[in-house]
Amino acid sequence: MKITKDQVKKVAKLANLPLSADEEEKYPEQLSAILDYFDQLNSVDTKGIEPTFNVTGASNALSEDIISSSLTQEQALSNAPVKKDGFFVTKGVFENE
Amino acid sequence: MNDLTKLTLIETIEGLKAGKFTEKELNNAYLEKIKELNPQLNAYLMVNEGVKGIPAAIKDIICTQNIQTTAGSKILSNYIPQYDATVINKLKNEGVGVIGKANMDEFAMGSSGENSAFGATKNPWNQSKVPGGSSSGSAAAVAADLCVFALGTDTGGSIRQPASLCGVVGLKPSYGRVSRYGAMPMASSFDQIGPITKTVADARKVLEWISGPDEYDSNCVAEKFKFQNSKFKDTIQNLKVGVPKEYFGEGLDKGVEKVVREAIDKLKELGAEIVEVSLPHTEYAIAAYYILMASEVSSNLARFDGIRFGDSRDKFGAEVKRRIMLGTFALSTGYYDDYFAKAAKVRTLIKQDFDKAFDPAAAGVDVIVGPVSPTVAWNLGEKVSDPLTMYLSDIYTISANLAGIPALSVPCGFSEGLPVGLQILGKYMDEETILNVGEVYEQATQWHSKRPDLRFKI
Repeated sequence: MKITKDQVKKVAKLANLPLSADEEEKYPEQLSAILDYFDQLNSVDTKGIEPTFNVTGASNALSEDIISSSLTQEQALSNAPVKKDGFFVTKGVFENE
Repeated sequence: MNDLTKLTLIETIEGLKAGKFTEKELNNAYLEKIKELNPQLNAYLMVNEGVKGIPAAIKDIICTQNIQTTAGSKILSNYIPQYDATVINKLKNEGVGVIGKANMDEFAMGSSGENSAFGATKNPWNQSKVPGGSSSGSAAAVAADLCVFALGTDTGGSIRQPASLCGVVGLKPSYGRVSRYGAMPMASSFDQIGPITKTVADARKVLEWISGPDEYDSNCVAEKFKFQNSKFKDTIQNLKVGVPKEYFGEGLDKGVEKVVREAIDKLKELGAEIVEVSLPHTEYAIAAYYILMASEVSSNLARFDGIRFGDSRDKFGAEVKRRIMLGTFALSTGYYDDYFAKAAKVRTLIKQDFDKAFDPAAAGVDVIVGPVSPTVAWNLGEKVSDPLTMYLSDIYTISANLAGIPALSVPCGFSEGLPVGLQILGKYMDEETILNVGEVYEQATQWHSKRPDLRFKI
């Protein structure tokens, strides 16, 4: 599987990952080599085999809806780079499009 | 007074109980040694001068309340957690203190420690060599006697491989044995926290302390590990040991092979029955693992948005970016079935290989043994420019993570003057047997008592 520079740019956008010009040049070759290595899985017969996503087999662990102690507002905001009036300041959602 | 930093965890607990030394004397001895040796080794990113209790090194991906936790990443260089991970709470309840935060590959991605944003850790046995990774600082700190024991995390071998390369004991518990709450997730279906220690008995003690169910980790439902003192304690007479032929093929360094085969001969001499087993899907483990892991990484690391904590996403290092890219690609429209879904099916086949080897109706072995790493520690800088070669060094460790089974690395000798580890893999939730086998081997050989010569002034 060969991945092109355009695909690299598209994937970086999906991943919200700013790439440097150098990375945009380097990644097509590096990622293609790794994807070529992954291609060996095509030679494994997996017909009728169920996928394993989690070895414990657990799913949908539910718990009672009980109020318990949690971080204070001040604690929750303590690592925020920008805050205002006791809230996180986020980027605008519609500003990029 | 003798050098307190040479004591094992069990000896330290006994010494404190008997009043042979105080906690203050113990911590001062370690702090002094850290002050002298850490500038060379770079095992710690942060040292807690005010430490109280039994001093443990904690991998910097595990959250510690009010103590900086960076995960080896620039993106978290100013991050101070408001809470302790479950394992830290459990250790504090047992009288353990955090003496420092151990260096690591950024977000636990790497096999050499060189992906840390804060500089590589050096191998205490030879400072031109890597210590292994990603729990690089944890393993180096134990090997250099800079802590009584350490915690690491193991997603694809990150406890066992550095333990092997640094000549100490490393245990990856079964998936679900130890709560992951408060350990920053890398690949959630593989991650496990475990001990890196000076002896097998120490690893057992730490596992007793940190294991047990936790309402904050829905996959952690297993009972607390409690030493039962049952099968194969003090003897491995009639133990059935499986040796996978796929673990001794091309790529395994001759010197490492010789040492590991001698260790297997020793097990035989101690009364074990050695049988060859086959794990036929081993050759596909790396490809399956790197697809699944990278996919989980791309999802988990989406939380680092620079809004609630941390810096902006351009601060991720090269390997982290590479894995986010790979994972995002593998999960993207049109490729999901070819990559993620296919790898998850191969994972099932790898798990079934182990099930068959352990099945009493088939091979019926009690444990599986082999090398941890195909080579001894390599030169700093040797593999940094070639990610795929670096990935291939995980060949013997990642299968245990794919299958969720426990695995132990025990020192078993030296090649080219550098430590080699013997890997002992066990049945799901059967840490007891691998720990017992490891301890019988350790006591019969004493490789664990060898320490690097660091010329520390006492």
